[in-house]
Amino acid sequence: MSTSNLDIYMPILILLIFGVVLVSATLLIGKLIRPNNPSPVKNQPYECGEDPIGSAWSVFNMRFYVTGLIFIIFDVESALMFPVVGVFKDLNDIGMGGLVFMELFLFLLILAAGLAYCWRKGDLDWVKTYHTEKGQE
Amino acid sequence: MNQTVVSYLLQFEPIKKLVLSLSNLLGFNAISIVSFLIFLIVILIVVGFLATVGGLGTYAERKISADMQARIGPNRVGPYGILQFLADGAKMLLKEDIIPTQSDKFLFYVAPMLCIVGVFGTIAVIPFSSGFTILNFNVGLVYLIGISSLVGLGVFLGGYGSNSKWSMLGGMRGASQIISYEIPVVLSSLSIVLLSGGLSFSALIGAQGGWPHEWFIFHNPFTFIGFFILFIGSLAETNRAPFDLPEAESELVSGYHTEFSGMRFGFFALAEYIEVFVVCGLATALFLGGYNVPMHLGGDGLIGQVLQVGSFVSKTFLLYYIVIVTRWTLPRLRVDQLMTMCWKYLIPIAMFNLIMVGLWMWLFDGRSLFTLLFKSASVASGAGH
Repeated sequence: MSTSNLDIYMPILILLIFGVVLVSATLLIGKLIRPNNPSPVKNQPYECGEDPIGSAWSVFNMRFYVTGLIFIIFDVESALMFPVVGVFKDLNDIGMGGLVFMELFLFLLILAAGLAYCWRKGDLDWVKTYHTEKGQE
Repeated sequence: MNQTVVSYLLQFEPIKKLVLSLSNLLGFNAISIVSFLIFLIVILIVVGFLATVGGLGTYAERKISADMQARIGPNRVGPYGILQFLADGAKMLLKEDIIPTQSDKFLFYVAPMLCIVGVFGTIAVIPFSSGFTILNFNVGLVYLIGISSLVGLGVFLGGYGSNSKWSMLGGMRGASQIISYEIPVVLSSLSIVLLSGGLSFSALIGAQGGWPHEWFIFHNPFTFIGFFILFIGSLAETNRAPFDLPEAESELVSGYHTEFSGMRFGFFALAEYIEVFVVCGLATALFLGGYNVPMHLGGDGLIGQVLQVGSFVSKTFLLYYIVIVTRWTLPRLRVDQLMTMCWKYLIPIAMFNLIMVGLWMWLFDGRSLFTLLFKSASVASGAGH
């Protein structure tokens, strides 16, 4: 007697549905007992008591683009490394640890080179400074 | 490979008999129905426990901070004010729900839900004990890291959907911080996967022992550093001080949840406090021996399970306490300092650590520092005689 294959995903499904139901049900129950007196002033976005100037959805330089790109590279890299480190112990037991280690080392070395390049270019700084050549303004 | 709390419970005769009699009664195999019911009950217990932990977390936070600042803290509701979190919950439920007219309504609705769903999803793989794990997934670690990123999405969408400048800044900071600090967390947990040779929490914890010298934190010098990298990264991923920039109350009003009132704010807070428990549990499972009990005390029976739960939960609460004390000790970082710390310190150190742990594994065949020391000590004493 054992649980079938799909049964193991049941708790995940139950938990996700439970989260959605908990939030919606609590808000629905709250709707019955909480006051509701909206006014135009109350429904403004908060800007320290002033009338808000313009929308918040404006052009906004966050240095987010480069951070996001570097993150994606590292995220893919860690996703690729999970299987490698997962079998490291098994392969080490049969005497192939050196091979896997060299692969891991080379892979991380390339990544470290990429990180060093970004670092040198100043892409890791939150406020990017453009270094001027000596003698120029 | 995949074990669940149901497959653990099915070892016992009464539940087997129940399944058999139900199957006879209904005329088909009732295992799915029974496992559904068991899952539902266990999930209700665990969610109830974690919601209480989240609620008491807010109370503990206020009480500990009061203690550190020579105040009294909440002391009116219940003995020593311990029921304060219930009063807060009732208050939030009764508060008016204000949705700004200019906001994106759909994102505004969906953001707290994403936070709660992301945190609840991680509950499935928390290893309370060897039997009492809701789902011992064979890719448990990957699943936990993956689904907990939903919280980052909730933080960002909450900030973006409010259409308020404070929220926008908080949400942007939250998104960049959460994705950046995910990398050191993943890299330092990779080194533990390397040592234990499995991605399920039973494999990760089974490779450790009950005594502190068998834990992965003291396995070698590099895992010792790795623990602190994971812990710092977890603090940043849960937006805890000193990394609470997304909700920095002294500069951004309340950050990404400025516009959220009443119960919606309550869900953000609940998700945060449960997530702190989850990441402390992750650090416990990976580095502090998880649910292992010294000398395998209590055996495999019910008493052993209870002791295992106690071992896991007490270590996790110790880390929880450290998280709270950290919040009231360290000042908040600046955004550029935060990014510098992640990309220029933690990630290079974590990469170096991973390589060195791999080297250690290869050279010493995965033996821990203490094993090597004991061995060399016994060899030396043997030579002396």
